[in-house]
Amino acid sequence: MAKKKKGKPVINREWCKGCGICVEFCPEDALALDEMEKSNLAYPDKCNSCGMCELRCPDLAIELR
Amino acid sequence: MAVKDYIRERFFPHLWCPGCGHGIVMGAMIRAIEKLGIQKSDIVVVSGIGCSSRICGYLDFHTLHTLHGRALAFATGLKLSRPELTLLVPMGDGDAFAIGGNHLIHAARRNIDLTAIIMNNNIYGMTGGQSSPSTGYGDLATTAPYGNIDPSFDPVNLVLGAGASFVARTTTYHVTSMINILEKAITHKGFSVVEVLSQCPTYYGRKNRLATAVDMMNFYKNRTTPIGSKDKEKNPDLIERGIFIQEERPEYCAEYAKLIEKARSQ
Repeated sequence: MAKKKKGKPVINREWCKGCGICVEFCPEDALALDEMEKSNLAYPDKCNSCGMCELRCPDLAIELR
Repeated sequence: MAVKDYIRERFFPHLWCPGCGHGIVMGAMIRAIEKLGIQKSDIVVVSGIGCSSRICGYLDFHTLHTLHGRALAFATGLKLSRPELTLLVPMGDGDAFAIGGNHLIHAARRNIDLTAIIMNNNIYGMTGGQSSPSTGYGDLATTAPYGNIDPSFDPVNLVLGAGASFVARTTTYHVTSMINILEKAITHKGFSVVEVLSQCPTYYGRKNRLATAVDMMNFYKNRTTPIGSKDKEKNPDLIERGIFIQEERPEYCAEYAKLIEKARSQ
């Protein structure tokens, strides 16, 4: 598992291409694609700040802050 | 430093397709360098031609975008003249195994201190999905509409046979392990090869029943196994990942420096 980092994913909507990798592989199912096909932290309470979405985002569009 | 301190933000969002694995490899390279604490001005990224080679435009180090397949030749010249620099050579499978195949085996044979990061997506993505030396037997490609009849290279065995002193394989799914492997490869004194299985959903996946990036990463998750695992004995088709070899051997630049000393003393 990734080292736990503080913060929650903040998504850069201009860089996100909506591939859905972060949504599929989020261990807590905290992310979802919105109506514009952009990643979105739909369930912030589920997020455990593991940071895997940040590491797997091919667009460098996710940052834990 | 943050990831954004290592990229040229003016070129973002990048040109790679949605879900392309190359962006994940770029992120892992940045995080490995960040963990190692190497100064940006001490790193040179040398790339050839292809989707993967666009990486040197996005990374904010010294960068050289060179000829197709020749990245290792340029990198060899640079390393010999400035051995104190850390050189990373990101390549695609076409770049590394087809047109650049000879440069790859000879760089491995010389054991020159470079880190070759081969992003293997099993296809020529940039030019429209032609089959490459790592397209599997029976796979579909635009130049193999009825299935590819060429057996593919096993990149790990190829470079092991050629004499590389650090050889590893990882995937874009196993990203934390990729960062660890890249750290070890960069610090290794000698020729390091890291093969990263990187998805091309647009040209490889779409034609081979793995239509999305998620499907392809699930394939890497389910069809690879750590080196020497019991699963491999039960299912020989699984692809092994991990570090295959890590050995200290005479490094080319050091040997060259010794040779100069010897010649001068005579």
